[in-house]
This record gives sequence, C-alpha cells and structure tokens, in this order.
Amino acid sequence: MIEKGRDNVSVELRQQLGLLTDSSMEDFLVRIHRRTMAGWKFGLSESFFRKILYVAGTFVLVLLIAIFLSLVVASIPAIRHFGVGFLFGTTWDPVRGEFGALPFVMGTLFVSLLALAISTVFSLSISIFLGEYFRGGAVSAFITSVIELLAGIPSVIYGFCGLFLLVPVVRALEIKLNVAPYGVGILTSSLVLAVMIIPYSASIGREVISLVPSDLKEAAFSLGATRFEVIRKVVLPYARSGIFAGILLSLGRALGETMAVTMVIGNSNFIPKGIFSPANTLASVIANEFTEATGQLYLSSLVELGLVLFMVTTVINIFGKVIIRRMGMGDK
Amino acid sequence: MKEPAIRRRIIADKSFKTIVVLLAFASILPMFFILFFIISKGISVINWTFLTHLPKPVGEIGGGISNAIIGTLMLITVSIIFSVPVGVLAGVFLCEYRKGRFAYFVKLAIETLQGIPSIVIGIIAYIWLVLPMGSFSGLSGGVALALMMLPVIITATEETLKLIPDSLREGSLALGVSYPRTILKVVLPAGLSGILTGILLSVARVTGETAPLLFTAFGSPFMNFNILKPINTLPLMIFNYATSPYTEWHTLAWGASFVLVVFVLGLNLFTKVVTRKWKVQF
Repeated sequence: MIEKGRDNVSVELRQQLGLLTDSSMEDFLVRIHRRTMAGWKFGLSESFFRKILYVAGTFVLVLLIAIFLSLVVASIPAIRHFGVGFLFGTTWDPVRGEFGALPFVMGTLFVSLLALAISTVFSLSISIFLGEYFRGGAVSAFITSVIELLAGIPSVIYGFCGLFLLVPVVRALEIKLNVAPYGVGILTSSLVLAVMIIPYSASIGREVISLVPSDLKEAAFSLGATRFEVIRKVVLPYARSGIFAGILLSLGRALGETMAVTMVIGNSNFIPKGIFSPANTLASVIANEFTEATGQLYLSSLVELGLVLFMVTTVINIFGKVIIRRMGMGDK
Repeated sequence: MKEPAIRRRIIADKSFKTIVVLLAFASILPMFFILFFIISKGISVINWTFLTHLPKPVGEIGGGISNAIIGTLMLITVSIIFSVPVGVLAGVFLCEYRKGRFAYFVKLAIETLQGIPSIVIGIIAYIWLVLPMGSFSGLSGGVALALMMLPVIITATEETLKLIPDSLREGSLALGVSYPRTILKVVLPAGLSGILTGILLSVARVTGETAPLLFTAFGSPFMNFNILKPINTLPLMIFNYATSPYTEWHTLAWGASFVLVVFVLGLNLFTKVVTRKWKVQF
C-alpha cells in the first residue's frame, strides 16, 4: 500500500504522516553516521596513523641514541683533558683538579663481584628449590611472593636498614677481628647488594631449571640416580647457560645500583685495600659529588664516570639477553 | 652392589636437599628483618600530624612529611603524563610491526633503556633540563622518572596486544571500519586492562626511586606546588634524613620509610590482584 502510494503522496503530506522524504532520509543517515563516528572528526587516515606509530617507535630509538650522545658530549672536556688515562688514574682529587677513575672502577668491581658470589649461593638454592623440589603448592607460592616483595622494596629502604641493622653488626665483627671499626665499607655494601639482587637471578634460574625436559630427568632416575645426582649431572648442566645469563643480568643490576650502596660504602676516594675498607663505586661517587661539583672539568669527569657505567651495563645486559633468547625462553 | 655405597649416595641426596631448603629459607629472612624493622620503628611515628605537617628544623621534635607525600604524587603525575601516551603508541607499533627489522632494533633499544642505571638517567635529566633551565625542578625529576617508566609501559602494551586474537581485528576491518579506528576502538580497549596493569607496575617501580632525583627534583623542606621549583619526595627525604647525624631526623625518616613501603608494596599487591582479575582472555 505505502509502497504503491509513495510517489503520489506530496512531500508535505509525507511529513505530516511522519514518513521520511528523500532529503530527510539523507539527513537521517548522515546523523547516524556522525553518531557512530563520534569523536572522530579529524578524519585520521590510515597512512597518517601508521606514520604516528612509526614516529613513536622511532622516538624510543632516538631517545637511546640521544642519551648516549648527551653523555659523550658532556664528558668531552674530561675526555680531552685526560684521554684514556682517565680510566687508570689512581687519584681523584677535586681540589687539585686531578681526576682518575681507577678507585671507583676497583670499588665497583669489588663490591659487585663479592655481592654476586654471596647471592649466587642463595639464588641458586632458591632456583633449585622452586624449579625442582617444590614446583607448586603453598610453600612454593609463599617463597615466590616473598621474593617478589623483596624485589619491590625501594633501594633507599635497603640502604637505610643496612645503615642501622647491618653496620653495627659489621662494626662488632671488625672490633673482634682487630681491624679499624668503620662499620661501613665494601663488605657491608656487598651484603646489602647481595640481598637486593637475589630476586633477579633466582627468577631466571627457576625458569631455566623448570624448562629442563622431564624425559631427560626420568631417564636418569630410571637408571637409579638419586635426586641429587640428577640435579648435579642432568639439570644443572642443561640449565647452565641460562643460570649464567641470570647471574650476568644481576651483575648488570649490581653495577648500577646506587642508593643502597651510597649509604653504606663509606665514601672514600681511594683504591680499597681490603674487604673492610671504605670505598666508593662509580654510581655512589656520582650520587655523592654531582651536586657539589664546581667547574666544568669536575662535572664532566663525573659524567664520564656515568658514561663508563652506561656502556658497561649495556654490554652486560645485551650479552645476558642474547644468551636467554638462545635458550628459547622468549622475551622474559 | 654394596650397601655402604648406596647409603652414602642416599645421605648425599638427603643432605643436599636439606641444604637447599635451608638456604632458600635463609634468603627470605632479610625480607622479614626489613619489614619488622620498618614497622616497629615506623608505626609509632605515624599519626595525623605526621602526615599533614611540614618537617621541623633540627632540634625541634615533631613535624611531618606532608610536602614529601604531595611531591611524590606530583612527580608521579608528571611522569605518567610524559610516558603513557608515547609508551602506549610505541607498544602498538611494536605489536603491529613485530616482524619488521626496524621493530627489532626498537625492541633492542627498549631493553637497553631498561638496563640503564638509574643514576645515569639522573645525569641525563640534569643535562637535558636542569642545565638549560638553570635550576633544579620537579619537572626534570618527572622526566627522569618517565624515562624509567617508558620501557615497562611499552613492553606491557606490546605483550598484551599480542594476546588479542586476529579475528577481533579482522571482524572490525571486515565491517568496513578503518584501520586507525580498529586499533583505537577495538584492539586497544580489548587490551586496556593489561596496559593499565603495566602502568601500575611502572608507577610502583619509580615511586621508590631516589638516584634519578638527587640532582633533578633535589628535595626541599617546604611545601611546593610549582613543578619548576625543587620538590621533595619520600625517597629523597629518607635518604637526606637517614644520612644526617640527628636523631629527630632519623625518626622522621623511619616514619617516611613506613609510608613509602606501605605505598609501594600496597601498589605491588594491588597490581597482582588486579592482574588476576582483569586478565586479558580470549
């Protein structure tokens, strides 16, 4: 009926009847279109959007290059003044304008390697505990969440607790051993650092250990091996490079760790003589002296320390990540 | 086979297990020491006055940490504003172009960025912002924190979006929706929870950061709402007061540590719960 009368009925009549005219139909469609496209008035074209995405991706790359270049440019005065000798200079004397990085390089190596040695024993135990003995259940969940919390505590808190909990203990030990009782120093910082880096190597170690194929282990068990023998002769050799990568990545952390170390290392700008002597690491000397640095050479020497730190940690991190990727652990 | 040899192997096995279990439990002890110490020393300091007043000068008992709490919140806001838009877009880029060679380099750059020591980030913010502007400022601190948040947000976004099934996007495209709209109105909302979790995680990561703020936000004993001036934050305050020789300031630092630990661990726990609840599933 309507279909038939459509042409005959005048526009006015159709409007009165509430039917749509052609032009109002168009309006209606446009309105619907606008509503669905609400908030879409710029007409973002596909090519433009893809360009934005590319810009965002490029930005990150540019950011990293800019960070590197800024560090290099800002340390040019020091590089020009001292050359390569900067790395091997044994004195750091801001008053006489003599800057050599060796005390801090040594300090950083001492503290980090000692911390690594201490923490590896514990993180390896956790890895075996969680990856082999207790792969699920309440105990495993408990340990895992405590380790995660440990990773979440800010480093300034570690430093603060180290200063008031650990320093008196170390001082008492030093008095007993008859060495100068500073309390602060390499041993104290290594202990604090060791606790801080346990979560990193433990989580990677656990992952690689639980990736060991069970048919390998079952084969060893079926030959009569005890669990200890399976772990020693099958699991650990298989997971070796992954565990190594975990240790490497936590070394990267340890080298760059600033606050906790700064608070308990004792800030001495000399080459450390033993594990009880106060020292300074690359990061801690920057933290201590950057705001007080007067003069261009002083400041740029500190920036050069930062540049050294940046390059060393970057190389170590990339190396560790490459090993992990080879292990087929994906992006973790 | 001889009895003693087998017994020796069993003993070795048992003792190894005991050692592993003991060492594993020993390594979580520090956590309890730290928590116990912070709680026992910090909780007695906390009261309403402590949270709402400014720190007092040396020698006067009392005072609070209101400026540091406000400063921390301001810095977090600034760093979110800087890092989230770029971070999410870069994450979308990595997910969309994951097969390309360029994306591989970008990914490498992000991993490197994540490994940069925080003190070096501080130097960078100093060179980029503090030197040209001529003074320490909250803004430079916020930028430093944003640099630290960026890799976390990008990675979280990328990992989440990878989980969104292609059928969703294909359905949208088949209905004639343009590519940008498909990404912004279909793919991103589907992965919203994962992206939010990433942002929360990154905030938890930078809230406790001190090193990048030492020579950017710098710290201040006053209340300050201007982000172009030095701003105090909780970690900075803890560092400055803990290393000072005054017992009154140590007390303030314990209180501030308690607040910081509660905030950071709370945020971590919240993120964990939320992750379980909001999990992106298809």
